[in-house]
Amino acid sequence: MAMPVAHALDVATVRAAFPILEREVQGRRLVYLDSAASAQRPRQVVEAMVRYTYELNANVHRGVHWLSQEATQAYDGVREQAARFLNARQPEEVIFAHGTTAAINLIATSYGGSTLQPGDEIVVTEMEHHSNFVPWQQLAARTGAIFRVAPVDDDGSLPLDRLASLLNPRTRIVAVTHASNVLGTILPIAEIARMAHDVGAVLVVDGAQGAPHLPVDVQALDCDFYVLSGHKMYGPTGIGLLWGRYDLLTRMPPAETGGGMVARVTAERTTFAPPPARFEAGTPPITEVIGLGAAITFLTDLGFDAIRAHEDDLLAYATERLQSVPGLRILGTASPKVSVVSFVMDAAHPHDIGTVVDSYGVAIRAGHHCAQPLMDRFGVSATARASFGVYNTREEVDILVAALDEVGRLFG
Amino acid sequence: MSLPTPDLGELYQSVILDHNKTPRNFRAIEDASGKAEGYNPLCGDRVEIWVKVEDGRIADLSFLGNGCAISKASASIMTATLKGKTVEEADALFARFHATLTGEQGRGDEKLPTRLEVFRGVARFPIRVKCATLAWHALRDALAQTTTTKE
Repeated sequence: MAMPVAHALDVATVRAAFPILEREVQGRRLVYLDSAASAQRPRQVVEAMVRYTYELNANVHRGVHWLSQEATQAYDGVREQAARFLNARQPEEVIFAHGTTAAINLIATSYGGSTLQPGDEIVVTEMEHHSNFVPWQQLAARTGAIFRVAPVDDDGSLPLDRLASLLNPRTRIVAVTHASNVLGTILPIAEIARMAHDVGAVLVVDGAQGAPHLPVDVQALDCDFYVLSGHKMYGPTGIGLLWGRYDLLTRMPPAETGGGMVARVTAERTTFAPPPARFEAGTPPITEVIGLGAAITFLTDLGFDAIRAHEDDLLAYATERLQSVPGLRILGTASPKVSVVSFVMDAAHPHDIGTVVDSYGVAIRAGHHCAQPLMDRFGVSATARASFGVYNTREEVDILVAALDEVGRLFG
Repeated sequence: MSLPTPDLGELYQSVILDHNKTPRNFRAIEDASGKAEGYNPLCGDRVEIWVKVEDGRIADLSFLGNGCAISKASASIMTATLKGKTVEEADALFARFHATLTGEQGRGDEKLPTRLEVFRGVARFPIRVKCATLAWHALRDALAQTTTTKE
């Protein structure tokens, strides 16, 4: 065969890096199908954070002493690593933030707050997570801007002609997800970027569900801002990042002020440091940044070709098996998708589905997934959702399906 | 039918499954003296409660809504249990029910009316306590409205 197999993902080796996968819940081996909420953390991430804590721990950008210099090198090293990971033009385009939510709020407050005029327009989609919906809705309310929501099709795709009809010269900001946390739909970012730029708007991309599954090249995507969360990509909680085009960042005022983000402070006035420091007031979560760096290494060592092949296989297998469960309906069937499957069942409410499969040791999400406008659009109050990561197997899909058969028996 | 674990059977008792499938008093009351909505922001579930109070007694009680088996069965069993009871009796029963589900010190082991005993298993699923008490909270709002209207 001509097909190279050298980079295929070795699930057994991958799983061995995640001690939590060995534990039992409810007397059964844990089947973790909730990585879209929070992925598990491999030893490499935890050990990097422990090593930093035991050997390097000091504040960054402050001390002349040796430890502080090493800590600063490690911290800014992750910035450079993240810049390569995203194919950013320069490391200074990478700003560490608490997570996706904090990063989007930073853009809304700083970029949005300083540029929007009454009558300007913001466009989001119906499939946005609340974190890429509420900050823009609230920004519009504060600034007198108009908030528009692009509709989603029945299959979970985003009809670009409907989106286009909402764009006009007053559109200043378009904010879309890279991949839907409910439907799995991967949006054509480069195309949306062109549409946004054609009317003079910037494009903000919520990469929380993109970065764990897809190679991200911000130059190829041609977006203006891209944000992600560490804990969705096998890293720690409490850390994420904002990538922004440097020319935009330099024009943006700080969202928070304090130590570490200044050039010069006198009793009369303060001048601010250039980005990224301008947007990193206070001591950052240095240990978590180190963990994020290790998570990026973990992902790039596996390679996105291998990750995609593995997750596509799981997605296809799970979709086929789930469709065979009587009375089960999948929400989001548009291709391409990341490995997320939302579904509802005639027999049972998503919460009951969640509780029953939990008794089999299977962890899935049940609820509105912080996407209530999308739930309204599909006429449901909640869905059940199984999401797959690099450590999941077809056997785990089988266990989920067996548990769902029990749901049918119990409530049918 | 065999259940995978005792815990699950404890939660989904046959009475609960029955009320979930065939909810009682699942309708609106046109001449209600109070109406309120219960909303669980965690899951987006909603329940609407109608209550008709005559001479301090619950003459009629009904609900509509969409929710999980626990919330639906709880609403159904609540309407069946409280019809004919005085408002004070309903309040007292809710206090005991709530204490049982949340395992409140010194009160949780009190015996409940048989129909409500089936929810005792919910106490072992803390995340589901809100499901079981959603309709009761809404009833309290509906009753408060009744009192206000009468004054």
